[in-house]
Amino acid sequence: MELGFSSDQRDLFDAFEQFFSRESAPAVVRAAEPLGFDVDLWRKLDAMEVWGSGASVADLAVIAETAGRWIAPVPFIEHAVASPVLAAAGLVSADIATIAVRPADADGVWQLVPAGAVADVVIGLDGTDFVAVRSDPPMAGPRNHASAPLADRTARNGERTVLGSAADFEASLARWKVLTAAALGGIASMGLELALRYVNERRQFGVPIGSFQAVQHGLADLPGSIDGGRLLTHKAAATLDAGSFGGCDVDNNDIDDPMALASMAVLFAGEVATHATDRSLHFHGGYGFAEEYDIQLYYRRARGWSLILGEPAREYLALADRLWPAGSAVG
Amino acid sequence: MDFELGPNVIAYRDQVRRIIAAHHTPDAVRRQHESGTFNNPALNRALAAEGLIERAVPGLGAGDPIELWVLFNELEKAGAPLDALAVAVMISGVINHVGSEAQKAEVIPAVTSGEALICMGYSEPDVGSDLASLTTRAVRDGDEWVINGAKMWTTMAHEARWVILLARTDPTLPRHKGLTMFFIPMDTPGIRVDPVHTMATERTNATFYDDVRVGDDCVLGEVNGGWNVMSVALSFERGVMGGTSPGVPLLTHTAEWARKSGRISEASVREKLARVVVDNQVAALLAQRSAWIAAAGGLPGLEGSMTKVFATEAYQKASRWFQEMAGAEGLLQLQQPGAAADGWIEYDARHSPVTTIYGGTTEINKNNIAERHLGLPRARL
Repeated sequence: MELGFSSDQRDLFDAFEQFFSRESAPAVVRAAEPLGFDVDLWRKLDAMEVWGSGASVADLAVIAETAGRWIAPVPFIEHAVASPVLAAAGLVSADIATIAVRPADADGVWQLVPAGAVADVVIGLDGTDFVAVRSDPPMAGPRNHASAPLADRTARNGERTVLGSAADFEASLARWKVLTAAALGGIASMGLELALRYVNERRQFGVPIGSFQAVQHGLADLPGSIDGGRLLTHKAAATLDAGSFGGCDVDNNDIDDPMALASMAVLFAGEVATHATDRSLHFHGGYGFAEEYDIQLYYRRARGWSLILGEPAREYLALADRLWPAGSAVG
Repeated sequence: MDFELGPNVIAYRDQVRRIIAAHHTPDAVRRQHESGTFNNPALNRALAAEGLIERAVPGLGAGDPIELWVLFNELEKAGAPLDALAVAVMISGVINHVGSEAQKAEVIPAVTSGEALICMGYSEPDVGSDLASLTTRAVRDGDEWVINGAKMWTTMAHEARWVILLARTDPTLPRHKGLTMFFIPMDTPGIRVDPVHTMATERTNATFYDDVRVGDDCVLGEVNGGWNVMSVALSFERGVMGGTSPGVPLLTHTAEWARKSGRISEASVREKLARVVVDNQVAALLAQRSAWIAAAGGLPGLEGSMTKVFATEAYQKASRWFQEMAGAEGLLQLQQPGAAADGWIEYDARHSPVTTIYGGTTEINKNNIAERHLGLPRARL
């Protein structure tokens, strides 16, 4: 049993924390708005060769957390999920590959694909087929809350390859959920750190506002939620990496099904990131509302990155379907 | 991270589950709710008979330290009464750590055999979170100490063999430093136990100490070292001895009700059930982390505070959701025909409020986290 990062993971965390703090400073994040993509940062990240086929979900989650902490304007998660799928299918690699997290609509359009504005290959579900479609990225998309490079993409036009079944897609989607959960956890932890920095500096009534109990109690429940989210994310990652698909014993609170855990992780992390950035922005007072301060960047991405998947209530219902399959009502 | 329990711990857990299944019977539960005494002696003795209590005592048992968390987590998930046993195990750990040889020889076998319980005399009628202000006095008189005062929330005092009692022995010293921990047989003359009945059926007590005379053999640890002894106790307890999975039996009861009543086909019901699964899992992982830290020799005080704050607030949220979901049937109590989840939803609605109070209030835990984890300045109230 080990419920913290291994020493290798701590090294990985430190290395990418250093990388993103240097290369994805708030000025870089701002400059990348509204598209939400910085090609130089992407090239530097790509050069670090983190996409190796051997990378575990757990290690990628460590990196994703640092990417979230620095709200890096690069599709790290999407490419980390989609590019190994292309490699496994023997397809030509993509400059940027991404995954459409919701199935194509009746017209064969994947709507609001994460990194859809910049990716040259999209993998996703079209009907019951799991397909990869190569087409030119629009390099533009609708302006959005999170300044995320979202765009609609076609599932039918372009160079299309069938990769497998819906179940194969679900496995990729689970990886996306876990890595997104990790990134949202990074947003939450940096949101808290920004709050701590501000409430220690900002003085009112002659004292730092962080000495007021009302402010302290507004922050003191965050570290438990953030740590709990990281544990849940890494439990999901560990079960995905183990490849042994455990079950769900709700009565004993033994949840070992990676699909259920991936849903749980992304749902919980979305709530925590939303809550933490909300508190942090509030304790910044009026400045939190000003573009000049960084917390608004985090506040918007906490909501944006968690809603890309769709309405949380639907994901909770999908989770319920795994835990209590339809027809589980009895006499 | 690696969340797997070792094979010995899994064997221990399965053994605990088997004993709970055999002894946490509907009859035992009924007796518990009729008497207000939330303890199951047959269950305690059965655990003891297989050596499972001895293995869990901190610093004593041959077992993996993770087993302490496993034991109380399993009891809590099953909805079995655990507070009485938890106090006895925790205080046995303290005695093992700081007690005299005579105290160890007398107390530890009595607890690990499942026969004896211990109650805690910390809080007072006018002293709760600000414990260092306590006013119960122990005054030297020759070779003896003479104790006078009153203690509140001494749960199980009416059945316990001993009380662990914090008293002021030197009023001239700073508040934390003039306190001494005593360990006193409950049949010592001068001790009176009055019941305090609670909204959640469970009985607790007020205890009164009127010229209670004890010798130095009843001092636990150093004279004027009582605060340190209490810190040892807290370090054993925080976050691994129950209070971290109260939402699990609530969910089990509610999901069963939802299946039987057909309500499980409703989206709003399914969403709420799923939300509670998530919170329960997070609470369990936070508790498991505390156990992991403790097993490595660390003191998961702050992690325990985080776990307790999260788990109890989530439990209260779940309890309110489920009672609202059940509507009028959610008002009906145990044994009442038509009660939602056989009355467990109503019971949890009465029980959940105390969980953010006892064992360290949410506010005290948040103060600890703010100052010692977040590094914020000492609070201005």
